[in-house]
Amino acid sequence: MNLRRTLSVLAILVFVAAFARGNPETACQVEDRHLNILYWQAVSILNPYLSGGTKDIEAASMVVEPLAHYDENGVMVPVLAAEIPTLENGGVAEDLRSVTWKLKPDITWSDGTPLTAHDVAFSGAYCRHEEAGCAALASFADVSAIEALDDHTVRITFKVAKPWPYGPFVGSLSPIIQREQFQDCLGARAQECTDQNFGPIGTGPFKVDEFRANDVINYSANARFREPGKPWFRTATFKGGGDAASAARAVLETGEYDYAWNLQVEPEVLERMVAARRGELLMGFGSQVERLIVNHTNDDSSLGGRRSLYLDGTNPHPFLSDPAVRRALSLAIDRQVLVEVGYGAAGRTTCNVLPAPATYASAANEACKTPDPVEANRILDEAGWARGEDGVRTKDGVRLSILYQTSTNSVRQGTQALIKQMWEAIGVETELRNIDAAVFFGADPASPDTFQKFYADIEMYTSNFQGTDPEVYMAGWACDQNPGPHNQWLGTNIPRGCSDEYDALVEQFSVTPPGEDRFRIAKRMNDIIVQNQFVIPLIWRATVSAQSSSLKGVRMNPWDSELWNIADWHR
Amino acid sequence: MIRFITRRLMFAVPTLIAISFAIFALLDLAPNDPTGQLPLTIPPEVRAQIRDSLGLDQPFHVRYAKWMEQFFVNEPLNLVEEAFDIEIGASSERPRIRSWATRSPVVDIIAERMPQTLWVVGMSYVFGILIAVPIGVISAYRQYSWFDQIGTFVSMVGFSVPTFFTGLLAIILFSVMLQWLPSIYDTTHEVTDLSSFWVQVKQMLMPVMVLALYNAAQLSRFMRSAMLDNLNLDYVRTARSKGLRERAVLLIHVLRNSMIPVVTMIALGVPTIFSGAIITEQIFRVNGLGQLLIVAIQGADIPLVQTLTFLFAVLIVLFNLIADVLYGILDPRIRYD
Amino acid sequence: MPTEIPDTPRVHRSLWMDVWLTFRQHTGALIGVGVFATIVLAVFLGPFVHGVDPTYLDLQARNQGVSFAHPLGTDNLGRDTLAQVFAGGRISLAVGFAAMFLSLVLGTAVGTLAGYFRRLDGPLMRFTDLFLALPLLPLLLVIIMLFRDTLRNAFGPETGIFFLIVFVIGITSWMQTARIVRGEVLAIKEREFITAARSIGTRERRIVSRHILPNALSPIMVSATLGIANAIITESALSFLGLGFPPDFPTWGRLLFDGANFITITPARVLWPGLAISLTVLSVNYIGDGLRDALDPRLRDT
Repeated sequence: MNLRRTLSVLAILVFVAAFARGNPETACQVEDRHLNILYWQAVSILNPYLSGGTKDIEAASMVVEPLAHYDENGVMVPVLAAEIPTLENGGVAEDLRSVTWKLKPDITWSDGTPLTAHDVAFSGAYCRHEEAGCAALASFADVSAIEALDDHTVRITFKVAKPWPYGPFVGSLSPIIQREQFQDCLGARAQECTDQNFGPIGTGPFKVDEFRANDVINYSANARFREPGKPWFRTATFKGGGDAASAARAVLETGEYDYAWNLQVEPEVLERMVAARRGELLMGFGSQVERLIVNHTNDDSSLGGRRSLYLDGTNPHPFLSDPAVRRALSLAIDRQVLVEVGYGAAGRTTCNVLPAPATYASAANEACKTPDPVEANRILDEAGWARGEDGVRTKDGVRLSILYQTSTNSVRQGTQALIKQMWEAIGVETELRNIDAAVFFGADPASPDTFQKFYADIEMYTSNFQGTDPEVYMAGWACDQNPGPHNQWLGTNIPRGCSDEYDALVEQFSVTPPGEDRFRIAKRMNDIIVQNQFVIPLIWRATVSAQSSSLKGVRMNPWDSELWNIADWHR
Repeated sequence: MIRFITRRLMFAVPTLIAISFAIFALLDLAPNDPTGQLPLTIPPEVRAQIRDSLGLDQPFHVRYAKWMEQFFVNEPLNLVEEAFDIEIGASSERPRIRSWATRSPVVDIIAERMPQTLWVVGMSYVFGILIAVPIGVISAYRQYSWFDQIGTFVSMVGFSVPTFFTGLLAIILFSVMLQWLPSIYDTTHEVTDLSSFWVQVKQMLMPVMVLALYNAAQLSRFMRSAMLDNLNLDYVRTARSKGLRERAVLLIHVLRNSMIPVVTMIALGVPTIFSGAIITEQIFRVNGLGQLLIVAIQGADIPLVQTLTFLFAVLIVLFNLIADVLYGILDPRIRYD
Repeated sequence: MPTEIPDTPRVHRSLWMDVWLTFRQHTGALIGVGVFATIVLAVFLGPFVHGVDPTYLDLQARNQGVSFAHPLGTDNLGRDTLAQVFAGGRISLAVGFAAMFLSLVLGTAVGTLAGYFRRLDGPLMRFTDLFLALPLLPLLLVIIMLFRDTLRNAFGPETGIFFLIVFVIGITSWMQTARIVRGEVLAIKEREFITAARSIGTRERRIVSRHILPNALSPIMVSATLGIANAIITESALSFLGLGFPPDFPTWGRLLFDGANFITITPARVLWPGLAISLTVLSVNYIGDGLRDALDPRLRDT
């Protein structure tokens, strides 16, 4: 018995010693040319045209490339194209109905074959095929033809005049795929090309060695990459799964990974991790705004089939249709507190739904950054909403009682609790509800809990737009975009309000080329949305990622794939 | 016994078909959507087209019939082809069950996930049983001794503190503070020699221990209570008075008769090994079947969820049958015919 | 099944008096009752002593440690942890016991019927298999989608959700109990005393209630103990999915879940709810032990 005990103690000692020894080996490696990337959503597919989310698009952006990227300032930079076509250099036609791209010469795919304009034309045909179910179809809106004029020139023709013709092949959502590889995968056959979808051949800095769906990707450097000496990293691992906080921990505290993506975690938690001094946070302010959407239609559950339907304005919300109530709700919110508690350096207060690019940002609404509950109370008193015995305001039997929903996310639930307390101070009662993100953002027309159905009074989420041009984004609030059974609840005008002036501006915007007029129209549209409180903007959000201290060359990009310049990353 | 097993197996077929229908209907009703994770910048018309391209525009019964054909005819044919290296009919034209998120055959993904799940979750189950049975036996034999009290305390705390918390605690202790163990499981790691085996042990240690604690906590309670029930029965007294050695009485007679609830628990538990441990796999990023299932459910990847849950159902039915057979062996008085 | 004849003439006592007398001698059970009573008292009377509103956000006092105003500190929104533990306890205990009770009744009923009546065994066990096989998450989503608004309108947001959660947890966790009870019943019904009871013409219902169930009590008690822990934790998972109570409604499981990321900043946020759950489960376990011993006819008489 004694001997056995001694042996087991010895065994434990050996065990502990082995652990202690294992550690320094990894720390002393001189030049580690392997890159470890961690996304807490795992990648499902490497064909961005069939992707199910940002994670797929970004993982694919290491392999396949578009004609042009947006850089970290939102400026277009040519990638496969020789230059950005403009009116000045003749690339964009005078009538704004076509754009001609020239490819850089001598670019080869990772298999050694040359990249030609036919690959570009094919990529367009692939996505625009009606049975493909292409996620990037919106980039090809209004395109009538994409044709290769010669091996290095491709012309994109539009059905209408396009003041902003940079939809197709700009940004990681619509890259160039190889015709040779994908030619048998058109239309419905796209679903069956597993080898192609899991290992697209690209022109980018890396090529796919191994892909395990919803788990991990192993890349190695593309030896035929056009820039000599790049990428610096020889191999890369792209792991997925888990949650944001633990992803941050793996970079900032344990140092197992070099880069972690999309970390919406409470600021003090991240701060504590950064204090371990193994890595730092990266932030990029793009066009993301966390906002409250105000339901202008009646969402009472007793209405049955008429619930939250616009019905030409015959179904107004019992109290949110009162502009005084909407103004008071916005005035009562202390946005600075929301930023401090939930976002820290990753958020800024904003009063615009269109906060960036700077040329489009309106300066007319700054007043909302200073909360004024006293004024809010005064407005409500004046409008006849009197406080009842329980402190909640009523008028003609209508109680100011709000159902406020958002997706499940601890930062959002914190914001909800804060806003509830701020509204209580002006006599508004709030019931909070959180919904699983997969249901809330899923567009199942049968579900009552999607953000489009909006069976609530107020809801909160973040939205933004692709690239740097807000045309499609702003057109989303047009009157004819009201969700309802006629469009399977897929309309984009979630607040369900209408303004004739706004609809006219949408028309005008779509034909105005970039310049002062375009900026002015956009600002006016933004002002209509926020001054009528269709939407109450709260926070201009940065995308937050983390990198290890040893990693150099990362330029955080909120306008395109975060991995857009991965060829330049080094240690 | 043979007649009993054949009858049960025959009865299992309609049961499983009913289960497959129930699962399919449930998934169809559930409010998830395959385009739910796309960026909000993707317009609604595009989403509608993506749904159509996945076949969601077809009516319910057509989709169910398709799945049935793919699962019960096409995939088994593929397996046969692969096993014997032959071709039956136009095999490349035969539609396979494809995941909506990855557009790849579901069966291949499941096969890819099997190893890590069996290693981590299976090991934790084995460890759980190995810990639980002795603890349960000793706790019952020395009821209310210090060993029993501590065992009770540990197992109750182990069961009532969820794995998301013990897992996090283990990561903070062993990965962040001590830096002994990796917090992220590498599914591509291959064991080729002693040092790579050591790496594998290190990365398995935390998830296996966290899960084993949870499983053992539960099992040891059932083991202890069943032992206690039997220790007071007449046959034990008889056996002792016949002069059998205490160890023989305990291990041969009492243990055997106390195994029924434990066998039930284990039979219920083995299929859950294959369904993975969702939370533990997420925390340590083991990315096995549990993680596959949860990602598929969140992404409304119906073909994948349907196939996974159905395979799981087959295992449940099978292991419950095994449990029934074991009851008969453990206690010959139990008869089914 | 009397095994020994008592030395002294027995005073006639009722069954429950008997049970109580045995229970009283069980130290563990008495301590369990004490601890459990303390928890219940604290949770219900605590708010009168420590009168802080558990949902009030004190932005000047975020992530505080122990202080006089906040004996257990505050969370990242400035909510008082002690007040939250009190408020959370009321809900968690109610949900835990109600859901455990529902699942226990369902499981025991199905298990006993299947084990005792051979004709029911097949259908009932296949039904159990069906429930075991259904994927939990979609099932929950569907139940919530179908019934949430109806119940919310009928009973208000909190009571309505309470019924829904108890129902959901109960309906999804009875299968294990059912299978275990069935296994026990299968073995018990072949024992001599059942044959004896049957041979003297005891009615089936009486055999089940007087002879089978008391002898299958141990695993039922264990299931009950584990069921409470399970229900409390499942509730938190439900609210995380947005299927449970409103997000500003504290429960022990939710406090533990929300506090997990803050463990290095304010450990009290997870320590106390975790301890509360563990202590509740432990005390229920000991009470269950005592009850089992007290109800066991063999032990009671010796």
